[in-house]
Amino acid sequence: MKTQLLKYGAIISFMAALLSGCSTTGSDEDASASTTMPSQSVTTGTVSTQDVSGTTLGTDSAVARVFYFEFDKAVLNAESRAALRLHAEWLKAHPAVNIRLEGHADERGTREYNMALGERRANSVRDFLIQEGVNAAVMEVISYGEESPAAMGSNEASWALNRRVEMK
Amino acid sequence: MSKKLGLVLSLTLTTLFWLTPAAAEFTIEITQGVDNPTRIAIPPITQSGRALPEDVSNIVSNDLQRSGLFSPIPRQNMLSFPATIKEVYYRDWRILGSEYLVVGQVVENAGRYRITFSLVEITGGRTVFTKVVDGGSTQFRDMAHYISDQVYEAITGIPGAFSTRVAYVTAYPKNGSMNFRLMVSDADGHRERMLLESRQPIMSPAWSPDASELVYVSFETGRPAIFRQRLATGAREQLTNFKGLNGAPSWSPDGRKLALVLSKDGNPEIYTFDLTTRQFSRVTSHFAIDTEPNWTPDGKSLIFTSDRGGTPQIYKLAIASGRVERLTFAGSYNARPRLAPDGRTLVMVHRDNGNFHIATQDLVTGDLRVLTQTYLDESPTVAPNGAMLLYATKQGDKGVLAAVSLDAGVKFLLPARFGDVREPAWSPK
Repeated sequence: MKTQLLKYGAIISFMAALLSGCSTTGSDEDASASTTMPSQSVTTGTVSTQDVSGTTLGTDSAVARVFYFEFDKAVLNAESRAALRLHAEWLKAHPAVNIRLEGHADERGTREYNMALGERRANSVRDFLIQEGVNAAVMEVISYGEESPAAMGSNEASWALNRRVEMK
Repeated sequence: MSKKLGLVLSLTLTTLFWLTPAAAEFTIEITQGVDNPTRIAIPPITQSGRALPEDVSNIVSNDLQRSGLFSPIPRQNMLSFPATIKEVYYRDWRILGSEYLVVGQVVENAGRYRITFSLVEITGGRTVFTKVVDGGSTQFRDMAHYISDQVYEAITGIPGAFSTRVAYVTAYPKNGSMNFRLMVSDADGHRERMLLESRQPIMSPAWSPDASELVYVSFETGRPAIFRQRLATGAREQLTNFKGLNGAPSWSPDGRKLALVLSKDGNPEIYTFDLTTRQFSRVTSHFAIDTEPNWTPDGKSLIFTSDRGGTPQIYKLAIASGRVERLTFAGSYNARPRLAPDGRTLVMVHRDNGNFHIATQDLVTGDLRVLTQTYLDESPTVAPNGAMLLYATKQGDKGVLAAVSLDAGVKFLLPARFGDVREPAWSPK
């Protein structure tokens, strides 16, 4: 890889820069200093959402880097699309940064089918970013299927958290 | 038989494996047996009254009980311990209601052991057979499973599968991250050995037809890749390293090819991989998910999961012609197909009223039958004799293995002591 990987913190630095009206990019030092930012709040009902509205940007939350899906579906919800548009702008402004899109599924259904489903979800995110003008070459898609759950329980709340794509 | 035991010996002698006694060793809880199991007695098999390093008759007794078709007579109820047919008093066994009796004795000759064993039908008062099995001092378990196979086949007419093995994956938290292990044990859960340990996921173990190798998916490179590993030496080889999915390997019945899934061309497609020429050949072409290929016994077709019809369903592909035929229509989720050795009974994961269970479908009559009522059932794997299948299920939040007979008459759980156990693969021999 000729370029560095985009880190969680880099995005957060970007948002901080955006909010302060500053046009500089986040350095690695900024990134490491920013990793203690609070994580996204997620509702645990049947449909998950992220706080990505404009007002959120005025708080100390960052733009969502985890995008949630319904069972056996790979359709991006409105919140995810809004967050991804912000990511797309930043990525276009920083074409040297590579990202990794990790697709996941909940534990229901078969493991290899869920590998394919996780990839389909990550491809949805990738394709949306391409539509928004991001260079396909900076994105790598990896599916973990149901093998790397974010929440361990066998219940709807955990499943909702596990049907996701993580941007790294 | 001596050739077979020689192979087993070479396996047990290798030092490449970490022995992990009792790490995930199973305790078997039979939850359902047949209504009238055959009553059988297996008095102690000894060397002129001296106990053996392994309790052979107890191993045989457990094997037969685990099949669900037999009810072994408890040793403490026995009135005599005959070792040969001559020592059998039929009256002793008729009183106990025993229909069959297995007697045996061990003779040692220069460090080798020979068990001479007989199956006696008590009701008819006749000897069904007398056979011998030979082995070294570390092979009493193998000899016991061989005796179980012979007794089971003589009484049921179906070859036994007690001498087979099972591969599976375990996962448990260790030092703040998940620890994955690829394991192999005897079919009864004993003699568990670790083939691979990784902090990245391990998936989809599948046997070579001669049961000497496994293929599986490991994320150890940071991406899913297919590996091949020889059991006798532990030697491994990475077979694929494509962008995207590298998954669901399945060994062809002739041992020459793998079927597998790659998404390097944009979406998941099924390929065959020639292990000699190293050539990949794409056999599906559809924008939907095509995955979980498994060979038909004749090696001419693949059954696989696809959502090309809108939901995951099972299809059959004739490799030579490329013709695809849909096999399942009942329900909104049928996936990960396997065929029983008869080539006619399709085994799969089936969603039934929102719950995932193991089901069979008769490919001739179309009859669908849900075999399990446990929770989040997946990864069915059929014994080489077609009598039982193992699958993965959940007890609470814990992954365990369970077994069910293909007629659904016998059910048992194999809970591990700790950690998640998943993805059983029953050895083909």
